[in-house]
Amino acid sequence: MTNIDRIVEGTPLDESTWIAITDFCAWLRVDRHWVASLVEAGVLEPRGAAPETWSFPATDLSRVSAVARLVHDLEVNLAGAALIVDLLEERRRLERRIALLERLLAE
Amino acid sequence: MRFKDYYQVMGVPRTASQDEIKRAYRKLARKYHPDVSKEKDAEEKFKELQEANEVLKDPEKRAAYDQLGADWRQGQDFRPPPDWGKGFEYSPDEFGRGQPAGEFSDFFAELFGSRSPFGRAPGAGRAPGGGRSGHGFAAAGQDHVARVEVDLEDAFRGGTRTIELRTPELTADGHVVAKPRTLRVSIPAGVTEGQQIRLAGQGSPGRGGGPPGDLFLEISFRPHPLFQLEGRDVTVTLPVAPWEAALGESVSVPTLGGPVEMKLPEGARAGQKLRLRGRGLPGQSPGDQFVVLKIVLPPYSPRVRELFEQMKREVPFNPRATSGQ
Repeated sequence: MTNIDRIVEGTPLDESTWIAITDFCAWLRVDRHWVASLVEAGVLEPRGAAPETWSFPATDLSRVSAVARLVHDLEVNLAGAALIVDLLEERRRLERRIALLERLLAE
Repeated sequence: MRFKDYYQVMGVPRTASQDEIKRAYRKLARKYHPDVSKEKDAEEKFKELQEANEVLKDPEKRAAYDQLGADWRQGQDFRPPPDWGKGFEYSPDEFGRGQPAGEFSDFFAELFGSRSPFGRAPGAGRAPGGGRSGHGFAAAGQDHVARVEVDLEDAFRGGTRTIELRTPELTADGHVVAKPRTLRVSIPAGVTEGQQIRLAGQGSPGRGGGPPGDLFLEISFRPHPLFQLEGRDVTVTLPVAPWEAALGESVSVPTLGGPVEMKLPEGARAGQKLRLRGRGLPGQSPGDQFVVLKIVLPPYSPRVRELFEQMKREVPFNPRATSGQ
């Protein structure tokens, strides 16, 4: 299948895009109870008072799928997986920072 | 098809106990998990590990696998015996759980996949509480993640990129084939490193009338000769002449949107960081551009020497005074 003549437009998943709970669950293929347990564990901070009106920033999608993978593959619990994801994000930030400083020093 | 030596993948002897297998899997899973690992080919190794674990952790599958004999070597050409799986009981209640057979090797698909006596429906079922796991008849296609390298200029202005994908697909007879396809996608202005773009319905096709999966593009940037990026902020090193810094002259600074004039503060220092607000990547809160000054001496000439000698005589200055020298 070639879509070369047609430009495919996607949804940019940045911090300004908020995703309703229905789409959030559908896109990640997880159920609401599991998402609720992430909210309870403090991993997700939804906008909206009642669970059926919750929405989440799109940047949470990749975080949550990483949590899901870690829980499934490494048999860690939710809190552990969330901690790993936070630390990995911090590691990426520091690596970018080091690369920037190394380049400044080299010039 | 090629033989897979699952014991070699797990790094355990054929005599290993179920507990030893579990421990080996856990240890290697931590080492090669693609989210965590810095190892080369982590993704490929982790997939192999999961496949090996899928067979060796299950006593029924392990016993069947062991019956193939100990003489096979990793990568050796292999055909399953005609009476494969005969006499083994298997647990259909595991249907759809665990890793989808569609992501594993031909070897796995043939021996333990949907058409084997150990058959499971291939499907998703990747996340805890996951939905579309292949129960029933209609199954949604798998989602895919593809990394896309873009130029910083594309992230600033927006642009289109043509990407080549090799999508693993499950054929009607249960084999996995990598189907090449080309997609032209729009890169919106203001994307950042690591950000994803969701292309609905561009994943694997569904089965039995199920919806197709989605394609998630993960953005990374090609290194740029001038600009360095941190989130939406851009940093550039700007060479300036000593007198431009000392006198606070106006200098031309490259930005993603084109060169701009910037007035240096009088007496600017080497390494000083100046900010051009809002000149970084666009977004709801646009990034800034930081300009780090680098003072460059003029090339040597008799006249330059003369002027430096004059400064030496007339300017009382010891740059090492604070270090006590």
